[in-house]
Amino acid sequence: MKKDYKFNQYYKSLNVFSIALILLSLVFLIFKGLNYGVDFKGGTLIEIRVETEKPDIEVLRSSFNKLNLGKISIKNFGSDNDFVVKFKRDELNDPEFIENLQRNLQQELSQDFSFRRVENVGPKVSSELLKAGVTAICLSLMAMLIYIWIRFEWQFSVGAIAALFHDVIITLGIFSALSLEINLSIVAAVLTIVGYSMNDTVVIYDRVRENLKKYSDIKIFDLTNLSINETLSRTIITSSTTLLALVSIFLFGGEILKGFSLAMILGVILGTYSSIFIANPLLVFFKVSQKTVLKKDS
Amino acid sequence: MVMVSSSNFLDLDLDKQKKIKLGLDLQGGSYLLLELDNEPVIKKKLQSKLLEIKSYFIKNKIKISSLKLDDKLIKLKVSKDDIKRIEEIFNDKDSTLNPYYFQFKSHQLDVKIKGDVFVLELSKYGIIQIKNASLDQAIEIVRKRVDEVGTNEPNILKRGNDRILLELPGLDNPDRIKSLLGKTADLAFRLEARTSNESFGTEKLKLLETGEEILLSKRVIMSGDNLVDASPRMDTLNNETVVSFTLDRVGSKRFAQATKRNIGTRLAIVLDGQIISAPVIRDVIAGGSGQISGGFTFQSATDLALLLRSGALPAPLNIIEERTVGPDLGQDSINAGILSLIIGFLLVIGFMTLKYRIFGIIANFTLIINLILLISILTLLEATLTLPGIAGIILTVGMAVDANVLIFERIKEETSKEKNNLIAFDNGYSKSKITILDANITTIIAAIILFIFGSGPVKGFSITLCVGILTTLFSVFFIARLLTSIYVKINKHKEIIIK
Repeated sequence: MKKDYKFNQYYKSLNVFSIALILLSLVFLIFKGLNYGVDFKGGTLIEIRVETEKPDIEVLRSSFNKLNLGKISIKNFGSDNDFVVKFKRDELNDPEFIENLQRNLQQELSQDFSFRRVENVGPKVSSELLKAGVTAICLSLMAMLIYIWIRFEWQFSVGAIAALFHDVIITLGIFSALSLEINLSIVAAVLTIVGYSMNDTVVIYDRVRENLKKYSDIKIFDLTNLSINETLSRTIITSSTTLLALVSIFLFGGEILKGFSLAMILGVILGTYSSIFIANPLLVFFKVSQKTVLKKDS
Repeated sequence: MVMVSSSNFLDLDLDKQKKIKLGLDLQGGSYLLLELDNEPVIKKKLQSKLLEIKSYFIKNKIKISSLKLDDKLIKLKVSKDDIKRIEEIFNDKDSTLNPYYFQFKSHQLDVKIKGDVFVLELSKYGIIQIKNASLDQAIEIVRKRVDEVGTNEPNILKRGNDRILLELPGLDNPDRIKSLLGKTADLAFRLEARTSNESFGTEKLKLLETGEEILLSKRVIMSGDNLVDASPRMDTLNNETVVSFTLDRVGSKRFAQATKRNIGTRLAIVLDGQIISAPVIRDVIAGGSGQISGGFTFQSATDLALLLRSGALPAPLNIIEERTVGPDLGQDSINAGILSLIIGFLLVIGFMTLKYRIFGIIANFTLIINLILLISILTLLEATLTLPGIAGIILTVGMAVDANVLIFERIKEETSKEKNNLIAFDNGYSKSKITILDANITTIIAAIILFIFGSGPVKGFSITLCVGILTTLFSVFFIARLLTSIYVKINKHKEIIIK
């Protein structure tokens, strides 16, 4: 059963589409920015469980507002009874702060509740975490560039890195557009996406290189198409099983892993798409031929 | 090879000593990052350096003038004829005045000469030395205080040269520890000054209970260092809780002398810049023990005694990061993690069986071995399993079949060209090897970078991801290959179809 889909017919139109998505993402990232969580912005996060049936978020909000915590944000978190409260606080040294808060809240809110999770991140630590996160992402991109440079010819490196940037920028763009929270686990997700997207691209590129050596008469435009088709079942199966695993985390893994698994799901879809429709057209653009790959071997 | 690994695995399973450690996000507990505020330590060090320099030059009969501390610079003026000689003294690698650290190739103080003025500044390594010393001291004190509270297996680690990471498993309310660590516990006994121009200098401090201001001499009669024990006690005479203490020999002697000479004066007990109590000395206290009263509750007396026993921190500690997870959220996370692992696993297994039939079953069997190996190695490494770590395992399940799929697809192509099944299978394995390595190395690179830069639970993710890739490669190239070769040998002459 030989597959012969004409992927190369869509190179141009999908490239325009991708460029539009990247530009849109950049607009969001520049003008709206990212919604940083306490990890990167600093402040206090409290996950609170209210033990009444169907607690009213407005009651909770007004109770918190009476506690003079400055600007607070309250959101439902997973189940009806769980909420996440976030506010800014720079002074972390008051050891009785949480205890007092609990007591004062008890007076305002005549419902049983418990603090399930408390996170305080000082301004110094949050800026360090942000710096470490950005460094890690940049370093991983650079490491990929170097790795692929050693393993392949430069045209391939440019193609693979372009695909990576495509995936990372659009994933972050979607997070910005939907105001989803960026925390430490999102950085982990982005790094894994970088690894995954590269993995996908490398498998197709390996085949392109093999075919380049084998067939001297097929033009790169058709040769990429042939290689995509030859590796297509693998691409589909691997993306499917990875997505199955991720969807399972998204649905059953609890609220804390939601953002992480969503980012990964987006990344896997984008990574699969980009290794076909970004990485390959770039080889065509660079007019890669048999000479390109044979030169290095000799 | 397979035999070796399986017997290893049995050993692991029998070894009940080693257990997978659960991260704080799964078992509940507190994570505190503390930073030592070293400014006062550095200032103190410079002040004592100043005195050291002064006595050195007096002892060696070298004339210097206008020796002073200017912010963080020590400045001194010398006569023109001495410049060379003094420069040699400061640059002497064997001197104790300006110690030389051979491992850093640097002196404690950087020396600059401007005309006849020497300007001394702590060098980069001089500062690091001071910070390291005070951090080591602080860790000791933190350990003592945490141990006194009696939490279960605390983990206390040095981070950089001014931070301490404290992990307290199972503790869902860190308030008491925080309040104990928030106090320097710098205890001093000082006398009330009669006039404001005493030779040691004076300062006004507040009495904690009443807010009354008392003028105290800056001279410290005795500090917390001289305490050998402290404990809370009920004083039946006044029916209040007090902290009783015992002094070491030096302390007792000084205490006796000071009380003898100053009967009728008030003796202030100063803790972290505040006066706890200031009783009037009525008699000589010679026994080397005494008590502090100050309107304590039993709890506050217990805490004060604990702080005094554990000693003073070299500098104040600031909490710069705190994460606490309650035990029920931890349990919920474990349940959710395991549920999603099982469902993800079943989905992948079902998909592979439907897609590849007999080879799907081989891939699935490999996957199970892979998971067992992964968990065994995590146990062997005593790695900490976190919620993102569980996500890493699930992701490994999803991505692990990739290598098998690459091989199966390759074999499929080879069988269409090559009539001999054995050769076709062999070609399939060898031709896909490079691609599989290429593809997995990229993920490992990303995981290693995450391990270096990640913190807390996220580190757990990178560990499982890394180990997962290694076990995947192993199980695919040894176990899956063994199984497929057995299957192909049995069906040597039949046509084998991979769907």
